[in-house]
Amino acid sequence: MIHLPDQLYINASSLISQQVVYKDRRPVFSDQGSDLQGFLRSAYQGLQVNYPKFYKMDNLSKLGWLCAEWLLRDHFSGEVYRPQDVGVVLSNANASLDTDIRYFESTRQFASPALFVYTLPNIVIGEICIRHHFQGENAFFIFEHFDANFIEQYVGNLVNNNILQACICGWVDCLGDGYKAALFLVEKKPGPQAMEFTAENILTIYHSDNG
Amino acid sequence: MSRPTKPISVLSDNIISPLGRTTDENYRQLKAGVSAIRNHQDQARSPQPFYASLLSQGLPAPDLSSPGAYTLFEQLLIDSAANALEGTGVSLGDPRTVLIISSTKGNISLLESDPGQPRPLERISLHSSGLRVAQCLGYNRAPLIVSNACISGLLAMLTGMRLIESGSYDHAVVTGCDLITKFILSGFQSFQAVSARPCRPFDLDRDGITLGEAAATVVLSALGAKQDFIKIRGGSVTNDANHISGPSRTGEELAMAIGHALQQAGLSPSEIDFVSAHGTATPYNDEMEAKAISLAGLREVPVNSLKGYYGHTLGAAGLVESIISLHSLQDSLVLPTPGYNQPGVSEPIHISSNLQPLMRSRNFLKTASGFGGCNAALVFGR
Repeated sequence: MIHLPDQLYINASSLISQQVVYKDRRPVFSDQGSDLQGFLRSAYQGLQVNYPKFYKMDNLSKLGWLCAEWLLRDHFSGEVYRPQDVGVVLSNANASLDTDIRYFESTRQFASPALFVYTLPNIVIGEICIRHHFQGENAFFIFEHFDANFIEQYVGNLVNNNILQACICGWVDCLGDGYKAALFLVEKKPGPQAMEFTAENILTIYHSDNG
Repeated sequence: MSRPTKPISVLSDNIISPLGRTTDENYRQLKAGVSAIRNHQDQARSPQPFYASLLSQGLPAPDLSSPGAYTLFEQLLIDSAANALEGTGVSLGDPRTVLIISSTKGNISLLESDPGQPRPLERISLHSSGLRVAQCLGYNRAPLIVSNACISGLLAMLTGMRLIESGSYDHAVVTGCDLITKFILSGFQSFQAVSARPCRPFDLDRDGITLGEAAATVVLSALGAKQDFIKIRGGSVTNDANHISGPSRTGEELAMAIGHALQQAGLSPSEIDFVSAHGTATPYNDEMEAKAISLAGLREVPVNSLKGYYGHTLGAAGLVESIISLHSLQDSLVLPTPGYNQPGVSEPIHISSNLQPLMRSRNFLKTASGFGGCNAALVFGR
């Protein structure tokens, strides 16, 4: 007997691109006046949360952490899940190369352990898990371009097989001043803003910055 | 959590390390008690002498200006995958085969060019080097690349298992490699994490890791279910959600991954015949693992760490250590833990300190943990 997978839902999305933050495809924050560093700082201040650890993170982690923060505002109630039922599956093109370059520059003077720890792409997953106390499956994949079909298939599998009940998934990429982050909250039951979790909808949201 | 809908067989495997270029060569050396860890004096990597297991020592850097030239990282993946595929009947040209690459740092050595020289950032990108490897192996798509710190190798195999289970593919070729360059060595040294002696996992005097270089490959398949291949029976990944560079204080999260993996395999802890632990020989990692093994109900089960043979081979570690354990299961032996002399963890777990025969050799558990708080557990069995 073939068991068809259940329909899953994107209950929230967040996108950070070209100095604009989008929540559920609507712009919610913008600061065109600064470079990436300055933008990340002002976007953090715009959230009005107190999380001093943010300042210790590298740009990739700041970007992913901020995107997750916007994603989970308002209509995510973490308390309905056990920590091990929520996972994070991310992807990007440049792994941790942005910080790899900074770290290697530091070795010419004094190798910095505070930078070295960020020379792995999955550290951003760790930062998101620490913030929201998610303990479920986590994985980081490298693609040249965002692969919505893979995300649909891989995350769909984790949730449909009850390995996870909810998953934060998407793309967090950063190299120099080039960056983009797009995160999706995938759950079994549709929320008020729900879109069906399909590769097509994932891509529509991913491109909603017209980029 | 659902059981695997079909058994996933490990059809074939390969390890390339300083101990040999096939799994058989490697396994024979380990059985004879040979370690690949040596003292090295190499200014290009470190101002001080260091212990490591190195493949690249003395090899000239390839001239990448000629088209078709491969870096050592790329060449090792190609050689390892090609060797593992020999005689399996599995082809990377088959659209039902997926290629999965595991690495933490890939071609990062290319960042170490002289200041002022242009850095080949494109070639450092894992998707770019992965594509070259894939094309050389006759795989005409982009490979799937896993880069998830020190659990990369186990996560890559688990991903292969899931892609086969879901019916997307029939076969998965899972290959991994990392090289110990100045970048990686200086980083672990900056953490004060590298031991001044060969590493001593779970030992009272353990004081840090030894790094190592290797490439390794497994060929997984939904076929061969009725044959005598070792199967991947279950697997799980968890996150500590506690600290990005320090392991959990309790081991509960690794224990949870072990519990999920056992549950998926349909096994109780008493059905596990030995555990191949991560056992990096840092004070905190081994303590956390001992707590997790104890919490998971595996206190009586022999546990080894293979880091004393190979050092920590990073993105290859999960593959290398699973492959060696799989062969030792077939050989009804549990390997010792080189460097271990006296108990140095708070839980009374059973560290394997001698080559010993297994009374029963049905299943083993492989674990790993890494930066970012990640933990992985895989169960292999007949």
